[in-house]
Amino acid sequence: MSLERQNRRTFLRFALIAAGMFGFGYALVPFYYQICAAWDVRNIESRAERPANTQVDLGRTVTVELDSNTHKLPWSFRPLVKHVAVHPGEVATVEYEVTNTRGVPITGQAIASYGPQLAGEYFRKFECFCFTQQTLQPGETRRLPVVFVIDPKLPRDVNSIALSYTFFEVEGRSAAAAGDRS
Amino acid sequence: MSSVVDSHDHDHAHGGHDHHDHHGGYSGVMRWITTTNHKDIGTMYLWFSFMMFMVGGVMALAIRLELFSPGMQFFNPDQFNQFITMHGLIMVFGAIMPAFVGFANWQIPMMIGAPDMAFARLNNWSFWLLPFAGTLLILSFFTPGGAPGVGWTLYAPLTVQMGIGMDLTIFAVHILGMSSILGSINIITTILNMRAPGMTLMKMPLFCWTWLITAYLLVAAMPVLAGAVTMTLTDRHFGTTFFNAAGGGDPVLYQHIFWFFGHPEVYIIALPAFGVISQVIPAFSRKPLFGYASMVYATSAIAILSFIVWAHHMYTVGMPVTGQLFFMYATTLIAVPTGVKVFNWVATMWKGSLTFETPMLFALGFLFLFTLGGFTGLVLSLVPVDIQLHDTYYVVAHFHYVMVAGALFSAFAGVYFWLPKWTGKMYDEKLGQVHFWLTLIFFNMIFFVQHFLGMAGMPRRIPDYPLMFETWNKISSIGAFGFGLTQLLFLYIVLKCIRSGEPAPQKPWEGADSLEWTHLPTPAPYHSFETQPVVK
Ligand code: HEM
Ligand SMILES: [Cu+2]
Repeated sequence: MSLERQNRRTFLRFALIAAGMFGFGYALVPFYYQICAAWDVRNIESRAERPANTQVDLGRTVTVELDSNTHKLPWSFRPLVKHVAVHPGEVATVEYEVTNTRGVPITGQAIASYGPQLAGEYFRKFECFCFTQQTLQPGETRRLPVVFVIDPKLPRDVNSIALSYTFFEVEGRSAAAAGDRS
Repeated sequence: MSSVVDSHDHDHAHGGHDHHDHHGGYSGVMRWITTTNHKDIGTMYLWFSFMMFMVGGVMALAIRLELFSPGMQFFNPDQFNQFITMHGLIMVFGAIMPAFVGFANWQIPMMIGAPDMAFARLNNWSFWLLPFAGTLLILSFFTPGGAPGVGWTLYAPLTVQMGIGMDLTIFAVHILGMSSILGSINIITTILNMRAPGMTLMKMPLFCWTWLITAYLLVAAMPVLAGAVTMTLTDRHFGTTFFNAAGGGDPVLYQHIFWFFGHPEVYIIALPAFGVISQVIPAFSRKPLFGYASMVYATSAIAILSFIVWAHHMYTVGMPVTGQLFFMYATTLIAVPTGVKVFNWVATMWKGSLTFETPMLFALGFLFLFTLGGFTGLVLSLVPVDIQLHDTYYVVAHFHYVMVAGALFSAFAGVYFWLPKWTGKMYDEKLGQVHFWLTLIFFNMIFFVQHFLGMAGMPRRIPDYPLMFETWNKISSIGAFGFGLTQLLFLYIVLKCIRSGEPAPQKPWEGADSLEWTHLPTPAPYHSFETQPVVK
């Protein structure tokens, strides 16, 4: 019967479209990654943290002043040198030393700040004790390295940068490390 | 919602017809299991939808019960999330969508002068898949870990971590999708191939047009959802990492695929509702629909645009400004054809001889409240505003205005409008109007205040909230219980109509002019248009 044949043909046509759209759902997967690549939106590390230029700018020298503080924390905390001179683009390493002067394990978290504040945008740390929490056993002393590069795009008028760390206690963690301290 | 009772009564009372010929040789339950009659199947869709509406409604009441006061009272957060998820899934896929497929089954063959749907046995299958899917969804509550608590959008990575209830839900979505795709192809084939002589496409009642376009949307969008949940399934069990960041996948990818389906889905819900309203308003204005052709074009435009706006649900995931702007402009563009429709409905009423029976009241309720929902949609389409309002109760208010006051009101309008044709009896007009006013008042009580909550910053999908939100939440919860009770009145009205309604004339609505009113007796005979009418 002709209507039946016609109906069957319509059915087939739309069943094929449906099957095609199922495939289209899967095609969205590579398509998505293409679009992301084209627009540069799927970088795991944010673009600000990727050094744009690793060329060392020997024509400039920037003094980095190292500073340290603790906030209500019985730790002694100091940089091993007070300041270093680096060229923008040059990889530099400095070290801090921290000692837990209390009789219980304590966990701390260091927060960095920069003077002038603007310099923070150009200060790229590859390695830093501030990336993770530090747990110190009673009386333990530890050397903490910081590996960094100063972006050559640092504005010309900045000749010195103060790098300052403050250690804060991570309350819950210290208690957990020490058992109940009350 | 016609009835078992009625069709049997009719056949016995008027014994002139051959009973066995009518019901395919079976009686009792087997009649319903084996039926291939579009009217029977329409009836089953509508009753199934109503049952799911009740089940989803009970979950909504559980949610509002917990939110009546700040703090945790009745459910733990996991259970709360499960209710949120299942409420959404059941209402969207179990209540609203099947309701309109029910209308399509009953009405499309009658409106285009066809004897039945194109694939009658397939039609039976499309329906009977639904109870299985519904059962799977409900069963997931009783699995270890309970139903998935991931939200109806089934976002990764949570879905990759859920228990076995998630697998049941995924299968349920597959089955529901299969059912809708088969149903849609059936509707498309019926409309394209089986119209009565002279019934050109541009002469079809608008309800058939909106369903034709909806069916296209379903065929294009449903398989994409099936793909998304299949990826979730293989991520869960077969070592793929589509959405698992640890394996190089990306959860944001899931959101893109889901909303590529999801936004067309909201129009899959809205367009048939537009269709019902486009039948009801002219009938009670005693004027033909204003701007018929522009209605067809507007509907098509909405359907096409609906595929390029999906990321307005994801402005906050971190996309480039160019992307945000594109999706913002595309979204605001949709408001144009939607506006055309609203203006056409208003123009249809302009200088008409209006009467306000229950179907018309629901249509007017739709017109006001759906438009309000459209406006809040427009507010949300603006990137800087949406970044504030995303995932707050403002969004909840928005989509309940378009889905409850939009789609559900339209379904009520349709039931009251066609009930006389389906059952041969009139519903109780007074009770119908009470149902309308109570529904209108309680609806606004629930959802209007949620705009305030959202603007004040209350997030959606939380079981507990700060004290400052208490007053509006209390009002909303009281409204919800009122709304729920009112729907029992609706059930009573329908049952009363079927049992003891006054006999209805062939054309109870003066201004109705489609074939089921002009060419068929009331109630519509079990088999209609076996010889097709000729349309001039
Ligand atoms: C003028 C028309 C419309 C516009 C401009 C619009 C815009 C939007 C936007 C921008 C959102 C995302 C809000 C957010 O998550 O931050 C949204 C959410 C939503 N809209 Fe609409 N909308 C419109 C019409 C509709 C219609 C007709 C429906 C359904 C019948 C609908 C259903 C929904 C749903 C269900 C959500 C929430 C989904 C979720 O996150 O769970 N909208 N709408
Ligand atoms: Cu949308």
